[in-house]
Amino acid sequence: MNRRSFIAFVWLLFVGTASAIDPEPPLEDPVIESAYRELINEVRCLVCQNQTIADSNAPLAADLRREIRRMMGEGASRAEVIDFLITRYGDFVLYRPPFQPTTWLLWGAPVLLLGIGAIVFARILRVRTKQPLEESNSLDEMTL
Amino acid sequence: MWRYLIPISVFAVLAAFFARGLNLNPRYVPSPLIGKPAPEFELPQLKNPEIVVGTQDLTGNVALLNVWATWCVGCRQEHGFLVELAEANDLPIYGLNWKDNRPTAMSWLSSLGDPYVASAFDELGEVAIDWGVYGAPETFLLARDGTVLYKHIAPLTREVWTTEFLPRIIAECGALPCLPVGSE
Repeated sequence: MNRRSFIAFVWLLFVGTASAIDPEPPLEDPVIESAYRELINEVRCLVCQNQTIADSNAPLAADLRREIRRMMGEGASRAEVIDFLITRYGDFVLYRPPFQPTTWLLWGAPVLLLGIGAIVFARILRVRTKQPLEESNSLDEMTL
Repeated sequence: MWRYLIPISVFAVLAAFFARGLNLNPRYVPSPLIGKPAPEFELPQLKNPEIVVGTQDLTGNVALLNVWATWCVGCRQEHGFLVELAEANDLPIYGLNWKDNRPTAMSWLSSLGDPYVASAFDELGEVAIDWGVYGAPETFLLARDGTVLYKHIAPLTREVWTTEFLPRIIAECGALPCLPVGSE
């Protein structure tokens, strides 16, 4: 592969991620357009649940994109659109669910598990450091 | 003792979470509309675009709103049962024809039977978004005052009707047939 085709190849690798299914022309205001792009990448398509509506070509995803475009084009804020979606489809429609009693465990679990891991790690370290030095030396030699 | 107890209890907690998770149906997303007023809408009727069907037709009755389409396999499955329900004439069934083609939908109704008092024709799926529809068939049960009482997502069967719909209808109406207030 020569240099030029290599560059073309690398470039093509990134092209795929930049394209979207949305066939609509961009909104006039680039700020709104980028807010729109950001938002549709955080909204779950309920038909194909592991895709965002930006990725999905399901008819419902197209309808939701159209509706969100219309709202944002008319000046609706991000919070207003999110509220619109939640009152209709529930929190599940958001890939970033709000922090509330039903999601405390969801949001807290990583910190909680990390904490448990840290405690276990600290305990193991303490037990190991209490062991006689010669024994750990001989262990080192064995592993070597 | 702790040496064994801790891993076993951690395992038990994880197993309980996974068992719960695996037994949930990820396709079922509870509707936030339950207990809230039905979303307002006004749409042309499927059979007669000149006539409007909307929220005001639904209120006053305990009614069903069934989201259907001719491209929807589950709708074909439940259609026979809907026709049966309509024949029993216990409560009015309205249809929301979702992202469909008018002639196809009309010929489907004329060949399979029309259980609906009227079907609203939602070609662009805009009303469906307001109702939080994501997968037809969906069936909403509405109270007299227009509150959404229940939503069923999947083909409607006699079993679902008996276990989920009937108790709620009886609670609302007292007995079947469920007539509008004032007509008794």
